Amino acid sequence: MTFHVEAVLFALLVATAFVITRVRNLFAAAALFGVFSLLSASMLVLMDAVDVALTEAAVGAGISTVLILATLSLTGDEERLPKRVPILPLLTVFVTGAMLLYATPDMPRYGDPKAPIHTHVVPRYLEDSPREIGIPNVVSSVLASYRGYDTYGETMVIFTAGVGVMLLMGRARQRSRPGRGS
Amino acid sequence: MQYKMRVRETVVLRVVAKVLIPFILIFALYVQFHGDFGPGGGFQAGVIFAAGFILYAMVFGLDALEEITRPGAVEIATALGVLLYGGVGVASLLLHGNFLDYGALNHHDPVHGQELGIFLVELGVGISVAAVMIAIFCHFAGRGRD
Amino acid sequence: MEILGLWNYWIVIVMMMIGLYIVMSRENLIKKMMGLNIFQVSVILFYISMGKVEGGTPPIIVEGAKNVVYSNPLPHVLMLTAIVVGVATTAVGLALTVRIGEAYGSLEENKIVELDREAEREATGKAG
Repeated sequence: MTFHVEAVLFALLVATAFVITRVRNLFAAAALFGVFSLLSASMLVLMDAVDVALTEAAVGAGISTVLILATLSLTGDEERLPKRVPILPLLTVFVTGAMLLYATPDMPRYGDPKAPIHTHVVPRYLEDSPREIGIPNVVSSVLASYRGYDTYGETMVIFTAGVGVMLLMGRARQRSRPGRGS
Repeated sequence: MQYKMRVRETVVLRVVAKVLIPFILIFALYVQFHGDFGPGGGFQAGVIFAAGFILYAMVFGLDALEEITRPGAVEIATALGVLLYGGVGVASLLLHGNFLDYGALNHHDPVHGQELGIFLVELGVGISVAAVMIAIFCHFAGRGRD
Repeated sequence: MEILGLWNYWIVIVMMMIGLYIVMSRENLIKKMMGLNIFQVSVILFYISMGKVEGGTPPIIVEGAKNVVYSNPLPHVLMLTAIVVGVATTAVGLALTVRIGEAYGSLEENKIVELDREAEREATGKAG
């Protein structure tokens, strides 16, 4: 039964992505981008990834869409479609897609419990996490404790992105208030 | 290009925003501190927290937001989160453990130390992410003002 | 019907190719950023779909339940990082786009390249 839900979501995702390609008005494309993020968050819930779905919904449909709209308000909002059919991108996309499709039969089947990804280190996380760390959410315990270094680096990446945007967009101008320094 | 809305049009937006924003902020705190027991954690909570502030800025104007979140304070908060995370790691070093080994935070009960370490670390991540998102939005929105 | 077990990879490939097509063929810089984000979402779906276990449940340990099959938490952790890094690069990319728009007056790629070439020709013309 879930296959039907997944098939419908898949069709909606592809349709939204296709319309984002074709539409010329960029505000419409930004709104569709938010819809796309939300549909992919639903797909992620169907694949049992609840933490990732929460993050994707908040970040994709929230922050990314707001930033695209902010950029659009600062620049233009119409796009000129190319006049002739873009042959080279179409050809590249079809050839790459065909090669990737040719490689898929080597991959493990969807939902296979004996896939290689479920061996080696994950059984240890699932079995030892309640005993060693004591919190029920295994994703949080792996993120913050078992793989704490990666999360530290990721926090620094966010900080660096904030610094980058601050440098690119200039300091907020301090309006002269009585009593404040320059 | 300024679009001035008539007063009648803004009333619904302002009332609904005033009702919703406290719930958004409380939900962000819930996601932050219940990240151990259900889906959630620092990143999601930081983004939802920033979304509350961004909604405030969109309805009441960027100047109103900058009265609350002074740009200097937000910039300090972005660094404060990373500092908190690194500080927990250094504290573990000083307490005779490895870097970011939370078990060293509480020698009698390492599991309790792990829980404390995860709590502080996620708090640092949440503070940093929320501050960075607010700062990015303020800089984008403030660019077109002059 | 063994081949139907590969449908998650087909989704990923279709969306990846749509994202790649947008980046390659569209000239507006903001459209390219959207295409890049579509590509990123497809990669995230790829990893998460590999972690799903048949009859599994989200990896939140239920107290005192026996023989529960949990989905793999490792791809979830990696993709959390990937999403957040993705929004960071999107923010910096959009900031660069704003500055480019202010400097060149247009966000269409061929116009920007044209203005660059003109400026270069003028510079070498003055120097030579």
